[in-house]
Amino acid sequence: MTKVSELAIRAENLSKRYRIGMLYRHDTLRDTLASSVSRARERLRRPHKTPTSPDPTPDASAFIWALNEVSFEVDQGEVLGIVGPNGAGKTTLLKILSRVTEPTAGRAEVHGRIGSLLEVGTGFHQELTGRENVYLSGAILGMKRREIDRKFDEIVAFAEFEKFLDTPVKRYSSGMQVRLGFAVAAHLDTEILLVDEVLAVGDTAFQKKSLGKMRKITREGRTVLVVSHNLVSIQEICTRAIMLSKGKLVCDGDPRYVVDQYLKSVPTSSAAGTVLARAADDRAALLSVDLTDERDQVIDRVVSGQTFAIRCTVETHDVSGSVAIDIGFDDSTGRRVANVTNVLTNEDLRIDSPLTVFSCRIPEVPLAPGEYNMIITLRGPQNLWLVCPSGVTLRVESGDFFGSGKMVESPWIGTSLIRHSWKAEPASKKTP
Amino acid sequence: MTHSPTTQTREHSPVFKIRPSKGWRRLNLRELWEYRELLYFFAWRDIKVRYKQTVIGVAWAVLQPFLLMVVFTIFFGRLAAIPTNGVPYPLFSYVALLPWGLFAAGLATGGTSITANQALITRVYFPRILLPASTIVAALLDFGIASVVLVALMVYYGFVPTLAAIALPLLIMLAVVTSLGAGFWLSALDARYRDIRYTIPFLTQLWLFATPVIYPPSFVSGPLRWIYSINPMVGVVNGFRWALLGQTFAFDLSSWLSVVVALVIFVSGIFYFLRVEKTLPDVV
Repeated sequence: MTKVSELAIRAENLSKRYRIGMLYRHDTLRDTLASSVSRARERLRRPHKTPTSPDPTPDASAFIWALNEVSFEVDQGEVLGIVGPNGAGKTTLLKILSRVTEPTAGRAEVHGRIGSLLEVGTGFHQELTGRENVYLSGAILGMKRREIDRKFDEIVAFAEFEKFLDTPVKRYSSGMQVRLGFAVAAHLDTEILLVDEVLAVGDTAFQKKSLGKMRKITREGRTVLVVSHNLVSIQEICTRAIMLSKGKLVCDGDPRYVVDQYLKSVPTSSAAGTVLARAADDRAALLSVDLTDERDQVIDRVVSGQTFAIRCTVETHDVSGSVAIDIGFDDSTGRRVANVTNVLTNEDLRIDSPLTVFSCRIPEVPLAPGEYNMIITLRGPQNLWLVCPSGVTLRVESGDFFGSGKMVESPWIGTSLIRHSWKAEPASKKTP
Repeated sequence: MTHSPTTQTREHSPVFKIRPSKGWRRLNLRELWEYRELLYFFAWRDIKVRYKQTVIGVAWAVLQPFLLMVVFTIFFGRLAAIPTNGVPYPLFSYVALLPWGLFAAGLATGGTSITANQALITRVYFPRILLPASTIVAALLDFGIASVVLVALMVYYGFVPTLAAIALPLLIMLAVVTSLGAGFWLSALDARYRDIRYTIPFLTQLWLFATPVIYPPSFVSGPLRWIYSINPMVGVVNGFRWALLGQTFAFDLSSWLSVVVALVIFVSGIFYFLRVEKTLPDVV
């Protein structure tokens, strides 16, 4: 690879117009015939009246510009993130660049073969086995048979599905299908890779793995265009980002800057959807709180004695520096049962990008079965203060906390479980 | 879409130009050649999937024409006693059902191939014509399997193919070309007008009656015969009976008309398909 940056993609005034309803309505022959008949009848009825307009020009409101004069250039080796709200034209842009659909106007130049991953598991056939689908999907994505032969073992190893190679894909869990689909696509050898929303699929562990793979791909000097709502990963893997809004390119630059701009542009409802809590001055919002187990799988409840982590995703604007985060656990009567905070563990947590995930690992949780309200507080520099007083529940199920084969059951055991042991011995006569 | 790799290359990587295209397009043969493996994979998929989770599997390829032959023999051979010029009715109908099945299968699967692969078309680029084109491969395989029964019937009834049997590949080609041409037309139309999928079974039935499968071609005579010969399958079926059973086959203008019409359907099908190809992902 030469140091001098070479052009990979040049888009000039790319525009795409869709007829509204086009995606939902299927013309039937009858519709077409009926409309042409009514037009002819109209002409017969008023043969002398010269039409005011030459032809009923398509009503402008019946069309939507999914992409409106978008121009940009991408150099080889760049990893370009594309962000924007739903319907901004992100997917349309990828579809035009991958030649799935044609632009209505404008032009683009693509230097090198393009591999596109617009959906995980493209071309999978439910009746075929995993092995067969690797070949089919690979071929559809543009791989040659020999290439697939060569990479087959690698793909299988990546997806971790050796055992199910000869099982029809329809018997796979959706997570397995996603893994397999991503594994095939991730082994595409094209100079340019287009990826749409793929990073958002699968469980946390697999998301991590695919993110790792994406990072590896980008290190190979290949050009990648990523569309994702997962702004954290955009920040993490992209070297540059652009933001689309209503079909127009509105922002271009450093991913952190673009993500920040994007988050600012959607002030009321956050980009990630619902917001659990928001700072009074709007500089921070708690987007989500997830529980994950030791294998990084998202879980919806924990078992007494289980090791798990609480992951809080926080969105901030114009804030950077150290923060103090605090999670209190209140029982159903509102009494504080326990509290975790980085202030007491003396761990430095910093915010230096618009989206941050704070993760707190709790080994062998000593809580009795029941529901606990988590009260999350974030204090940061420049008087940042955010409290999420309710709405996040930690459900603890009874489990074999003591490793004795006995389940810990409510209701007389209290709220905390204390590790302990017993013994009995004859009492000494001397003791009173 | 104009996107042929230009001669200008950088680090051996092709340059694709993307811009709106207009009007009629030519078939990009070089691109089709590059995508030949995908044609193979589509056909392979169709064949693999076809008899999955069936009890008798590939026997269906034989059973379908065989059962039709039995039904036809009972109703048209026995009850209606249709004259067959000395050929036992089972053989008479089976030799016609074979190429007919090839054609009809291509029509049915080819005609709905674009809508059946909607998810692919909206997500990956490849020459879309590969989809209707690949369906004929599975139909040819079924044709080959079903031919075994024909051989058995010919042995049973003591028929030896004439020297004219060397014309069989050409006749099969004629059926394939017709089926593909119709498949191109129907699949492109079906993407836009879902009426087509309901029309295909009906169209196939009508076409069957317009082809001398059940009855001998001598049933149609006079000026009607010229209109009749527009149907390329008439030539195919008559040709099969001529090549395998030694039936007389007049090589007159009408048989050439079959060939010409088949080619017209094929070529116009390609052009129509290519013209609407770029809109397929948006309308399907």
